[in-house]
Amino acid sequence: MDAILLQILNGLDKGSAYALIALGLTLIFGTLGVVNFAHGALFMIGAFCAVTLQRILNLSFESVDESQTDFLGNPLKVKTPYVEAWFGPEAGAVIIDWSVPLAVLFAIPIMLFVGYAMERGLIKFFYKRPHADQILVTFGLAIVLQEVIKYFFGANPIQTPPPEALRGSLDLGVMVGFDPNAIIYPIWRLVYFVFATVIIGGVFAFLQFTTFGMVVRAGMADRETVGLLGINIDRRFTIMFGIAAAVAGLAGVMYGPLNPPNYHMGMDFLVLSFVVVVVGGMGSLPGAVLAGFLLGILESFASTTWATTTIPGINQIIIYLVAIIILLTRPRGLMGRKGVMED
Amino acid sequence: MGILEVKDVGKRFGGLQALSNVNLSVKENSVHAIIGPNGAGKSTLLNCLVGKLIPDSGSVMFDGQSVLGRAPFEINQMGISRVFQTPEIFGDLTVMENMLIPIFAMRDGAFRMHAYETVANEREVIEQAEQMLEEMNMADKRHMHSAALSRGDKRRLEIGMCLSQKPRLLLLDEPTAGMARADTNNTIDLLKQISEERDITIAIIEHDMHVVFSLANRITVLAQGTPLVEDDPQNIRGNPKVREAYLGESA
Amino acid sequence: MLGLDKKDTTLLIIVALLTLLAPFLLNPFPSDSAMAQFNAGYPDLMQRFVIFGIFAVGFNILFGLTGYLSFGHAAFLGIGSYSAVWMFKLFSYNVIPAIALSVIMAGLFSLLIGFISLRRSGIYFSILTLAFAQMSFALAYSVLSNPKFNLTNGETGLQVYADDPQMFHRDGLPDLPHLFGLSMRSTYTLDMGAWSFDFNAGYYLCAVIMMIVFYLAIRIFRSPFGMMLRAVKSNQQRMNYTGLNSRPYTLAAFVISGMYAGLAGGLMAAMDPLAGAERMQWTASGEVVLMTILGGTGTLIGPVLGAGFIKYFENIFSKINDSVLHGWFAFLPDGMEDFVVAVLHPFVGKGWHLTLGILFMLVVIFLPGGLVEGGTRLRNWFRGKRSGADDKPSGKTEPAE
Repeated sequence: MDAILLQILNGLDKGSAYALIALGLTLIFGTLGVVNFAHGALFMIGAFCAVTLQRILNLSFESVDESQTDFLGNPLKVKTPYVEAWFGPEAGAVIIDWSVPLAVLFAIPIMLFVGYAMERGLIKFFYKRPHADQILVTFGLAIVLQEVIKYFFGANPIQTPPPEALRGSLDLGVMVGFDPNAIIYPIWRLVYFVFATVIIGGVFAFLQFTTFGMVVRAGMADRETVGLLGINIDRRFTIMFGIAAAVAGLAGVMYGPLNPPNYHMGMDFLVLSFVVVVVGGMGSLPGAVLAGFLLGILESFASTTWATTTIPGINQIIIYLVAIIILLTRPRGLMGRKGVMED
Repeated sequence: MGILEVKDVGKRFGGLQALSNVNLSVKENSVHAIIGPNGAGKSTLLNCLVGKLIPDSGSVMFDGQSVLGRAPFEINQMGISRVFQTPEIFGDLTVMENMLIPIFAMRDGAFRMHAYETVANEREVIEQAEQMLEEMNMADKRHMHSAALSRGDKRRLEIGMCLSQKPRLLLLDEPTAGMARADTNNTIDLLKQISEERDITIAIIEHDMHVVFSLANRITVLAQGTPLVEDDPQNIRGNPKVREAYLGESA
Repeated sequence: MLGLDKKDTTLLIIVALLTLLAPFLLNPFPSDSAMAQFNAGYPDLMQRFVIFGIFAVGFNILFGLTGYLSFGHAAFLGIGSYSAVWMFKLFSYNVIPAIALSVIMAGLFSLLIGFISLRRSGIYFSILTLAFAQMSFALAYSVLSNPKFNLTNGETGLQVYADDPQMFHRDGLPDLPHLFGLSMRSTYTLDMGAWSFDFNAGYYLCAVIMMIVFYLAIRIFRSPFGMMLRAVKSNQQRMNYTGLNSRPYTLAAFVISGMYAGLAGGLMAAMDPLAGAERMQWTASGEVVLMTILGGTGTLIGPVLGAGFIKYFENIFSKINDSVLHGWFAFLPDGMEDFVVAVLHPFVGKGWHLTLGILFMLVVIFLPGGLVEGGTRLRNWFRGKRSGADDKPSGKTEPAE
């Protein structure tokens, strides 16, 4: 029982990331009708926003401390980050320590802008082109973005540690009555899951309760009709693209502590996220979220020692296998609507 | 007993009852028009006949066989050809190639790597295509890219492609929608000629009363997903129920 | 000739001449000149030109004719390579049975994958093929490589070891892939003054096979079967309402293009008896898509040009480093020189992928018809210029869409 719960929990963080990326993909696909192969790159850019902020916060100046000497007997050179100089050593240290959560604030405007620029600068011209062209041009863009990041940040993963207070693990099992040490769960995973839930909830609430969201939902259902109402749907869709980019970016920012960002993390997640979207049902937002978590949890079960000794490597292919089975038995996906992207 | 028998067909989309209790009998070699105001369910009905939609209830029999549950290509092989509202042709292919494909398909529609199989076969297929192009007055355009044809020519090509298959029932979905008056009249003449010269039944969905009354010898009026009346054209003209259905819509 | 019309015969002859004379054509610079680094006439690279040409020609049969965009064709290439290496390991280094098995295995796999993927079309199809390809990659990379059952030898890659059975291997035969005793590596170097040209057995095997499969592709394009495939791309709805089930046609095209990919994979292994999983990664599938599009989708010669173009530039660009750049721009004033080198630096050497991505986008955005369309436009433009202003409209054949 506790073992099962542990695997479910272990699947939540990856599931959260899948769900967030798939949510953005679905938003873009549902509103703009565009298949965005560069969406994984947005996730990756988000993660590198955290890296960038971390580097900015660690920008230091050098000063000479006369009271200390180094091992050669010269006066010691000390590096002091500017933030520590400005806000005092303690507050500064806290700010640096909390760079990943702070990067969320830092990333929002950047991601909105990246999304906006992408839509206005490129995607806009592809609404009327075939899906194949959309796939190809965004695929090219994904390569470009990934290579640019590689150029500036190198090919190796970069550590973005969580704040001191959120490192370590919690014994969740004890809280719900299992034996001690039965379910040890890293705090940051829990943070990531809560964060993802909040964002998903926020997006749904936004679509459900605002006029803007209503128009967008109507647009997803029937773009032409809304166009006839005289609503400037295109502008709203641009904003929607920005939001989808922000969702993917934030998913990336917070994912850093779980898996150090590298330039190809976007591509790695992209293929799986597409599978998630298809399993959930093309154009269905709840489907994307549901499938994201389900597949994340499934992957975690397949990664147990028991599963991998029975069928070696099952964890690597389980998602694809399930996706293929689902598509063959329920071609529309778990929650897909009829008539969306059918042949 | 008509060649096409529709019995008690109903179709629901979510909360909308698109069709209910539709009964329709199309007599062999007649021109049967289905008219009705916008949203009356004409297109839904047509889609139920060709296999694009499956009705929730009722039956659709063509020449004594049910068409329900069959894929569009199977229904076509039973002898039903469909002309679309906007001409559906192979835009990337030449006019001649457009005409060849339905003739290949007519033999049995089976998959063949080599569609001609024998040289005699090839000659026969090409001759038939040439002949149909002659009849449609398009022989001089045979090497043109069909996407470059005028709207009226595309329509003629599509009708020719359907006829080349020698269907028993030709379904037309607003064949003159969006056409200029001259093109409309040409199409009417073409269809008249087809129904007179060929052993064929035509069912036509139409909005334009001019077209309907120039062609049809039987009319079904559909309103709110259910047939209002079915009668001869002269009786439809004066029918108060029909007037109401149309006036009610425009008011 | 050979059942082709005049235009296609000319095309075939041009391709034949280009491939057969490639050792000359690709080595235009004397071997000790500064430009020698632009020579591409060495066996390894020429083999890759032709092999990827085959791959792209096959891919074009699916994508160019039916419009189904597969993002998983690299899987078939990988399967071809693995099959060939297994043939080497078990039986002998003779390339003929190895290549035959590659084609057969790739055909079987593409039948299976195509049968499932083609139940959907459009973007669903692309994603399904992508999922299959990634699954194959994972299978090859880790699942099918474990102590109990090692089919792919995982990260190291499958290769021939001394203790492999090689049942039909005899002592007189080369210890490398060979064609009835003729080693694929055997090369005759012709020195003519300052020039030197390499004639490699492996390359000529690939070249001959490419001419055969290119001829087959022409026949497919011009056949009624090809016409049916173009009809699928043009209007699937009309196809269905004409009484034709499009699926067998698309499946046949999928299997044929899968077999082309398998052939390419088999040839790759025949040139260098090694098969690795990275060959199957989806970015590798993306590369063949790019070759086809860059050359000109749906045209016969396009994919061959695209494959050659990409492989050539990959080779040249990735060899350029800062010192080469400094050498080129030495004529500039120092500050200028450093600036130019700094600007170009991200695009060359390891940055070749960046150039590739940009190229990809530019082609899709501005030149959807690829190099072939570019060539046509240029020709029309020149014609328009020569014949003067009265002829202007005919010079403008850009697609309206």
